[in-house]
Amino acid sequence: MRSDRFPVTRLSAIVGTTSPNQEERTRAFEALIAAYWMPVYKYVRIKWNKPGEDARDLTQGFFAAAMEKDFFERYDPAKAKFRTFLRTCLDGFVANEHKAAGRIKRGGDATILSLDFDGAEEQLRVASPPRDVAGDDYFEKEFARSVFSLALESFRTTMLSAGKEIHLQLFERYILNDEDESTKSSYKVLATEFGISTSDVTNYLAFGRREFRRIVLEKLRELTTSDDEFRREARALLGVTPP
Amino acid sequence: MRWLPDSAVERLREDADLPDLGDSKYAVIGKLGSGGMGTVYLAQDAELGRKVAVKVMNIADPSGALASRMMREAQIIALLEHPGIVPIHDVGILDDGRVFYAMKLVHGRCLDESVDSASLADLLRIFQKVCEAVAFAHSHGVIHRDLKPENIMVGSFGEVLVMDWGVAKVLTGGRAEKDPALPGMSDVSPEDIELGDTLQLFGSVQGETGGGTIIGTPAYMPPEQAKGRTELLDERSDVYALGAILYFLLTGRPPSDAVDGSTTRATVPAAHPNRPRQIRSKIPKSIEAVCLKAMSEKQADRYSGAEEMARDVLNFLDGSPVSAYRENFVETAGRWLAKNRFLVLLILAYLLMRVLVLFFLRR
Repeated sequence: MRSDRFPVTRLSAIVGTTSPNQEERTRAFEALIAAYWMPVYKYVRIKWNKPGEDARDLTQGFFAAAMEKDFFERYDPAKAKFRTFLRTCLDGFVANEHKAAGRIKRGGDATILSLDFDGAEEQLRVASPPRDVAGDDYFEKEFARSVFSLALESFRTTMLSAGKEIHLQLFERYILNDEDESTKSSYKVLATEFGISTSDVTNYLAFGRREFRRIVLEKLRELTTSDDEFRREARALLGVTPP
Repeated sequence: MRWLPDSAVERLREDADLPDLGDSKYAVIGKLGSGGMGTVYLAQDAELGRKVAVKVMNIADPSGALASRMMREAQIIALLEHPGIVPIHDVGILDDGRVFYAMKLVHGRCLDESVDSASLADLLRIFQKVCEAVAFAHSHGVIHRDLKPENIMVGSFGEVLVMDWGVAKVLTGGRAEKDPALPGMSDVSPEDIELGDTLQLFGSVQGETGGGTIIGTPAYMPPEQAKGRTELLDERSDVYALGAILYFLLTGRPPSDAVDGSTTRATVPAAHPNRPRQIRSKIPKSIEAVCLKAMSEKQADRYSGAEEMARDVLNFLDGSPVSAYRENFVETAGRWLAKNRFLVLLILAYLLMRVLVLFFLRR
């Protein structure tokens, strides 16, 4: 059996934020921001009931402050999940900015990444309002959405660069198509549709699932600090047990 | 970045949860169901081009100890070649250390789904086949330990299969234990194959009393199993579970739902469930007696094995006396009349004809 499917040695981005190497630090922050900016923005909009403009500034400001003041250096995996720690930092940051409203602009001026806030607003508009934003659930759910979205982007890139367009199309058609179980196309129907055999459909989808899982686990590895945390996260978020 | 709606996230999550069968010849198609110990998936056997059911244990086993025990267990079950026991095609270990079995894919319904649509006679014929399959396992020194309607499949061609032998146990001196076809088995003591201690890992354990581990499903579990006395488990423990299944077939509910006047704890089987005839008065006394004998609290009061129980069920279906019930004269006569209805009607018709002939001759 191959053992290289799981990213067992990939460096944690959380650990990378404290690296003395500036390049490494930047790469680590970029990875964390890519995974967390959307949950952070939505959380600020919903939990703190901030208008879009303020939420943008607070999101940018939060990550800028995290980089400047090394927020994440204080993270202790023994005490809480990184997500819980980040949310606690965020709550503190927003509360402070709320008290001194004028300081928002200071952080907000520091545009660190080009983030698709309009897209996030559109998501908030379309999605049904969450029942409870006070606890971890909302943030967790948005984090899962973010991880899967990032993984799907990587998956697309990987499949296209490997010349596996049909694998990708099948995966998107079968897994992402918004059909319920009763109306979902059978492998036989997909085989006719794509002009391949039914067993090819089975094999292509199996390959796609394997690749997608590998990429999701790779993302999770990057967003955790230890093997234990990685395993816990993989089980909590995906139900899978990594080796 | 493309926004994923909740439904897409859920589907991707489910897909990421599908086991990676890696370089094995199986490709997972989807999930069929899950239980405390493992999850069953529909998969395609690439070599033979057939669909199979693959059961993957829920928890990884980094040390490999559990995996090797379960491999042996699967090898033992694989030796039980019987039309009523689901055949295991293959056993393996995933990259992540989880054990999987590939089994025959059975198209059909679980027994609990058939109970409302079948007649009592049909249900008892199915039940008799279950008893025969379990008796076959007993004859090889293997006890199932988790018999329940959900673990019995009735196939689309009427075949009856006992499923889920994941917590089965090889009894001391059992033929499977000694089978030379099983490499290394002669070096393995029954305790090595005892899975009770490992099942806690799977979250399948229902509770604990005394010093032992409780495995199985409370509603169908014999008292000795409920008390964690795993050393006392033998063929008669399966007989109790068979009695509980018969109870379900007769009454439409498991014994633990029918405790008289006391609250049923989720973790403990019913100590004194209502008699089936208290729930459905039309149930024949003799089949009720079969059920209650199998469910006796003391192991010594039960049938000695599934074969003996199967014989009683067959006798009931044939209109013959059952060992569990002592009939009075009226009941014996009534059963004899019911069994020989055609003969009795023939004799009555003959006598009537003779009377009529005599009557007309005298006029």
